[in-house]
Amino acid sequence: MEQYIVEMRNIVKRFPEVLANDHITFKVKAGEVHALLGENGAGKTTLMNILYGIYSADEGEIYINGRKVQISSPRDAINLGIGMVHQHFMLIDTLTVLENIALSLEIPFWKPLDKIRIKVEEVMKRYGLKVDLDAKIWQLSTGEKQRVEIIKIICRGAQILILDEPTSVLTPTETKELFKFLRKMASEGKAIIFVTHKLKEVMEVSDRVTVLRKGKVIATLETSETNERMLAKMMVGRDVIFELEKAPSIIGDPILKVEKLRVLNDRGTIAVKDVSFTVHSGEIYGIAGVAGNGQKELVEAIVGLRRKISGKIFINGIEIEKLNPRDIGEMEIAFIPEDRRMGYIPNMSVAENLILRSYNKAPFSKWMLLNYNAIKEYAQKLIDEYKIVTPNENVMAKLLSGGNLQRMILARELTIGKKLIIAVHPTYGLDVGSTEYVRKLLLKRRNEGSAVLLISEDLDEILALSDRIAVMFEGEIIGEVEAEKANIEKIGLMMAGVKEGE
Amino acid sequence: MQSYIEALLYSAIRAGTPLLIATIGEIYAERSGVMNLGVEGMMIMGAVTGYMVTYMFNDPWIGILAAIIVGGLISLIHAFLSITLRVNQVVSGLSLTMLGLGLSSIMGKKYVGISLPVTIIPIKIPILSEIPIIGPSLFSQDPIVYISMILAIIMWIILFKTSFGMKIRAVGENPAAADSAGINVFMIRYICVLIGGMLSGLAGAYLSESYTPAWIENLTAGIGWIVIGLTIFSLWNPLRALWGSYFFGGIRALQFRLQPLGISPNILAMLPYASTIIVLSIGAKETIRKRIGAPSALGKPYIREEKY
Amino acid sequence: MVIKIRFERRVSPPKYLSILYVIISILSAFFVSGFIFKAYGINPILAYRIIFTHAYGSPSGIYETIVKAIPLILCSVGLSLAFKAEMWNIGAEGQLLLGAIMATGLALFTPTPPSIIVPVMFIGGFMAGALWAVIPAILKVLLNVNEVITTMMMNYIAIELVRYLIYGPWRGSKEWGYPITDEIPDAAKLICIPGTRIHIPTLAIAISTAFIVYLIIMRTTLGYEIRVAGENPEAARYAGISYLKISILSMIISGGLAGIAGVGEIAGIHYRLRYPESISMGYGFTSIIVAWLGRLNPISIIIASIFFGGLLVGGYVMKMILGLPVAVVYVFNGITLMFILVGGVLSQYKIKLRG
Repeated sequence: MEQYIVEMRNIVKRFPEVLANDHITFKVKAGEVHALLGENGAGKTTLMNILYGIYSADEGEIYINGRKVQISSPRDAINLGIGMVHQHFMLIDTLTVLENIALSLEIPFWKPLDKIRIKVEEVMKRYGLKVDLDAKIWQLSTGEKQRVEIIKIICRGAQILILDEPTSVLTPTETKELFKFLRKMASEGKAIIFVTHKLKEVMEVSDRVTVLRKGKVIATLETSETNERMLAKMMVGRDVIFELEKAPSIIGDPILKVEKLRVLNDRGTIAVKDVSFTVHSGEIYGIAGVAGNGQKELVEAIVGLRRKISGKIFINGIEIEKLNPRDIGEMEIAFIPEDRRMGYIPNMSVAENLILRSYNKAPFSKWMLLNYNAIKEYAQKLIDEYKIVTPNENVMAKLLSGGNLQRMILARELTIGKKLIIAVHPTYGLDVGSTEYVRKLLLKRRNEGSAVLLISEDLDEILALSDRIAVMFEGEIIGEVEAEKANIEKIGLMMAGVKEGE
Repeated sequence: MQSYIEALLYSAIRAGTPLLIATIGEIYAERSGVMNLGVEGMMIMGAVTGYMVTYMFNDPWIGILAAIIVGGLISLIHAFLSITLRVNQVVSGLSLTMLGLGLSSIMGKKYVGISLPVTIIPIKIPILSEIPIIGPSLFSQDPIVYISMILAIIMWIILFKTSFGMKIRAVGENPAAADSAGINVFMIRYICVLIGGMLSGLAGAYLSESYTPAWIENLTAGIGWIVIGLTIFSLWNPLRALWGSYFFGGIRALQFRLQPLGISPNILAMLPYASTIIVLSIGAKETIRKRIGAPSALGKPYIREEKY
Repeated sequence: MVIKIRFERRVSPPKYLSILYVIISILSAFFVSGFIFKAYGINPILAYRIIFTHAYGSPSGIYETIVKAIPLILCSVGLSLAFKAEMWNIGAEGQLLLGAIMATGLALFTPTPPSIIVPVMFIGGFMAGALWAVIPAILKVLLNVNEVITTMMMNYIAIELVRYLIYGPWRGSKEWGYPITDEIPDAAKLICIPGTRIHIPTLAIAISTAFIVYLIIMRTTLGYEIRVAGENPEAARYAGISYLKISILSMIISGGLAGIAGVGEIAGIHYRLRYPESISMGYGFTSIIVAWLGRLNPISIIIASIFFGGLLVGGYVMKMILGLPVAVVYVFNGITLMFILVGGVLSQYKIKLRG
């Protein structure tokens, strides 16, 4: 059918553990913004990777402009006019913006980038995308990096644009600008495929939406004929409760107190600039903000993984000037890291992972000898309690799915850390069921009296869980509000750096 | 005094030349993200091949050519193992070194003690070789020395001033991004490893045909490992490799000159190895300070479809 | 038409597969090495038969194989430990030589009473080897200097050190012209099984260390820490495990065990310090292969050490009877390692070809 610019028919893709794409048929028209909606793990990124030539389908065919094609590498996709902005940026840090853009274009041997520069500047002007062409990538902010990715694919003459979860790194304002840009692209006749798991965005920017669940297409609809509730039900397979019950809780003593904290990042520049805040028992203190504004360094300083250059940190009233991570652990702190890979050991068993923080204490060890019976019992108890899906406790951790890995980390941390819980993007990449579970668990602990420091880019999550909300931008706490008085627009502005009263 | 300095510089440059050639090759390999620890094996195979072929054909340049080919062939094995099969690059390189050392011993057994009928003759560049001090030392060398200097400059230009070099650097920093931009990661890595192997072979041939010139078992005596250290010390930059190699060449030259002073030749023989360690340690602090590091993807195999 | 190779990870590789691949690797290496025999005009089958009967077929052959296996076991156990902690120790050769130097020095030039000279040599050898390994370890941990290069450099320095001593200050008073030290006193010589050159104390240490280290890794908190630190240094830091402590400790043990091997070679076999190539014929490198194969499993290490030890004996046979240079063993080792690597990949991944 000529009206479809992209047609993927009966695509099947198998991985050893899972059938990622189960006979998917997906069609996109020219001039439309088509949302590809599904939870994490539904198969959206896999499908797009097949379209872009990074994966090859086991079965199925792809038609571009009515012609059957073989896409066996990104080079093929690029030649067909397909451009992809990945979730994790595909940029070379040590090269400049211009060089990165030039890489995918056909450049002559002697690298005269002037002609390319002119072309790029044209594109930037035409679409209102501003970025410093001679800056090195590592110097850019995440929003700017995404802009580079977009410029890249336009310069390559992409007629089909694939964007994989683009808004996860943007502030609300930047998101609005992105949507404006996408609509402009569509009006020029390009086809936009917008991969996301966020229902609001689907309703806001798309013309049609295809819902994937567990590798299958559930439905393809005109956006105007559906709503968030319908989509959510299709995405998850059951009715989804959006509101979490949050009873008012009793706020107790300050458990974590940070005073004028200053921390450097790996490059030697200031990442955390004189930050001060307090978290009490029984409350969830949420810090909102786009990743890369110092949150990682702040948290690492608190748990002892990074040295601060000035300021004070008090936990339970004790200043933790010279403590190492182990001592801090003795103070009953749970740390759920941003990067799951930091928090567990893939090639060791689930049981061995679960005792990571307590292996040298009774009953797990005595006189340096590990007591495997005690470890086994403990592991089984936790597997039950946190419903970790695994054949047994001896399975290697790397075989667990993302959601179960997070449960394992939570099990390990929350069993020990009763006083203070530091959770960084705890539901990142998890399916709806696991996300619900994690959030309920955090609330439960808060009700039981734990102090929770929650750091997340997901504004909805912050709003749903926090008692008090702060926004971090460029290393500073820009503002702090009570959750009831919180106002999305204001917080969105703060995330972009606009202070209160400006 | 002047002639002493001239002689010292002359020796330093000669001794540094095989280091320079092999280091440039290794720089290319590592810039594309592949660690090649088989340099020692490739160099010694180049040495024995060059020697043998020169003897058989009475022509040192055919020997050089043969050495380049042999070095390249061995590096292809390493490339296949590390890039296509994605085995552990450290162990793969070690196995090739073992193989090279053993094979060269066997092949060269007949040639121990037999001298070459022809070697490479130094060429004096007119006018330039009359300049005091640098004339005799810099411009009266054999052709391969000149080639190596020019090679360093050319390779620097290619790496930093051409699109090909940019692609190499991209592949070494972030192969996924390069792949996504349509660059053929495998091809670039294969080419760079091949360049590394060919240049190692050339360096080895220079050792046996011109520098020593002779064949003995274990002729290279660890030079290949010093090359790997030099690669790091030169911060993966062919121009820096120039003066790094000559510096080490100078240490070699010093080794021989200090002998008549009564210091045991064995203690002196330790100099190059100890210097490598010292130089790497000092260089490491500089690296930490300047925050210039190795190509980020060095040593990690690139897997396009890896979901786990 | 381009043939694309695709890799699909096997979910749980069956155990027998890896053993199968090891056997195939070794057989393939034999096959390929056979070509070298052919090039010398020797029938490979005949050659292998000679090698095997000499190495394993006669009692004296087996004793010699065990003699060669002793240092291999010691070095490999140490290397497995270092590798587990992600420290690429290529310097076992040099660490062994340091142990040898220490043993000779203690025996010849110190007034240590004969009753305790043997344990003193072992302790001294351990410390010497450990010292030799710890220098690169510190450089790696503090300055992030690549330990592959530094340990390799230390090898060459150790070789020159031995040469310096035997040509110079330690040159024997009784053997004119030869670069060799005097023989060590009888009290320092190790007891051997009568009729063989198997030095019992070192053998005992080797076998017990193999098992002890295994137990430590699998059953103790220290072993747990080593495993965690080697797998994921970030997580280790968070758990309060000092990457610094673990790296240095594993290198100390690794170097120390190699040092003990060196003591054994001097006090059990040679009774004097001589050419470095005579003391260690590539024990350091061969043990890398054994460690790679054995992976800390004591039984695998012992079996592999006996196998490769036999090959080293075979190396001599090749020289004496067949006229081939001993370097054939290096060729064989290199090829074996390559095939083992390939086999390792094959057992972990299924390879699919697409035209």
